[in-house]
Amino acid sequence: MPAREELKFEEALQKLEGIVRALEGEGLTLEESLDRYQEGIKLVRLCRQRLQEVEGKLQALLIQEGDVVEKEINLAGGENYGA
Amino acid sequence: MSGQRVLAVRELTAYLQRLLAGDGHLANVWVRGEVSNLRRPASGHLYFTLKDQVAALRCVMFQGRGRALNLRLQDGLEVIARGQVAIYPRDGVYQLYVAEVFPAGMGLASLALRELAARLEREGLFAPDRKRPLPLLPRRVGLVTSPSGAALRDMVTVSRRRFPGIDLVLAPASVQGENAPQELARALDLLGKLGRVDVVIIGRGGGSAEDLSAFNTEIVARAIYACPVPVIAAVGHETDLTLADRVADRRAPTPSAAAELAVPVRAELEERLALLAARARRGVEHRLQMARTMLERLVKSRGLARPQQELYYRQQYLDGLEQRLLASWQRQSGAREQALQLLVARLEAASPLAILNRGYAVCRRPGGGPPIKVSQEVVPGERVEVILSQGRLQCQVEDVKAGPACQGVTTPAGEPCK
Repeated sequence: MPAREELKFEEALQKLEGIVRALEGEGLTLEESLDRYQEGIKLVRLCRQRLQEVEGKLQALLIQEGDVVEKEINLAGGENYGA
Repeated sequence: MSGQRVLAVRELTAYLQRLLAGDGHLANVWVRGEVSNLRRPASGHLYFTLKDQVAALRCVMFQGRGRALNLRLQDGLEVIARGQVAIYPRDGVYQLYVAEVFPAGMGLASLALRELAARLEREGLFAPDRKRPLPLLPRRVGLVTSPSGAALRDMVTVSRRRFPGIDLVLAPASVQGENAPQELARALDLLGKLGRVDVVIIGRGGGSAEDLSAFNTEIVARAIYACPVPVIAAVGHETDLTLADRVADRRAPTPSAAAELAVPVRAELEERLALLAARARRGVEHRLQMARTMLERLVKSRGLARPQQELYYRQQYLDGLEQRLLASWQRQSGAREQALQLLVARLEAASPLAILNRGYAVCRRPGGGPPIKVSQEVVPGERVEVILSQGRLQCQVEDVKAGPACQGVTTPAGEPCK
């Protein structure tokens, strides 16, 4: 299993949906349902984090002295999309 | 065919028909020539002759069976026709049954493109089962387009509207001109190797009758195919798809539409998460409520009317679970804390006897005392009392076996004892 950091957003969401379905069903013991709930809470936090960690950057790839560099850019003549 | 026998005309004709039909080359030929003697009878079929300086070929294009691409047939026009050569028995002539006609000027490029498309298709570049699903929330969206075109502005605008914080990374490339194919392929390659890019859009702005030829090159088609993340193409038109559109994992009519495919609406994702979190809470609350109801029923049952030490242990166990729920709840949301504490208080008011109801029993000395947890606490012949979910048993110990905790024993549910 990949580390939490590597878990993709949709994978986390899929796991969360599975946990919610299990919690809504009748098959779990009390202890299991609490374990699942805690796992679900972790996934919710992970997903929220993912929604927040993007920075809204617009970058361009430029070739400088043979190396590829990522440089932040703005779109000229309009809204400032860069910051 | 016998050389001795005199043949009917139809027999010879039928023989020639079979001969031509058996020739693989004649089943699908490309012929260049000038249109002459074009006739359009009311039937809708087209009849004409293709000729050059030394030879002529009769042609027929049946209504609905053949089509002329990008041209209107007329006498004197230089064309390339594709079709099957066969005998027309009534007139005793061979003729070309035309499937497609192209203008001769465009013909070569068109032919080359068709051949390339067929080759890539055979290799599986367009295979539907190769199309990859798009990520729900890309960490970054790669854009392959001209840095000065309208496509870039459109894609940025749509992305910002749907998910203001989404990260975009542009790999600039000319979308037309001599260097466009190499630049497009290189841009795709760069984005594929960059990391943290989960989807790529390759697009060009709309506008005049543009040159799409860069998107019909093998190098671009292969670069899209080789891209390690899904590619959305917003290049061609519905009626004129480029190879890039056909190789891409998804196709969009415009760069804006491509951005809508690539970038989720943030508010929708947040709503979905909140809904799932709420459902999880309701689910676990419901489960706790069930446990509480069960305990209340047990407490009221005759056999267990008196509170016992063992039952306090069970209560402690349940309290522990409650504490864990409380802890995760507090971490998640302070606002829910009060409601949870209320629920915990209600649960603490009840005696936790659910365990007995699941098939476990408490063993102790007759008349009370702490529960017997280790076999050596009793000796053979001693009397013990076993409390069940309903009622109790008076027993005499026959044998005492020492050993680690319930080794080799299974729980009532059939699981190995931990």
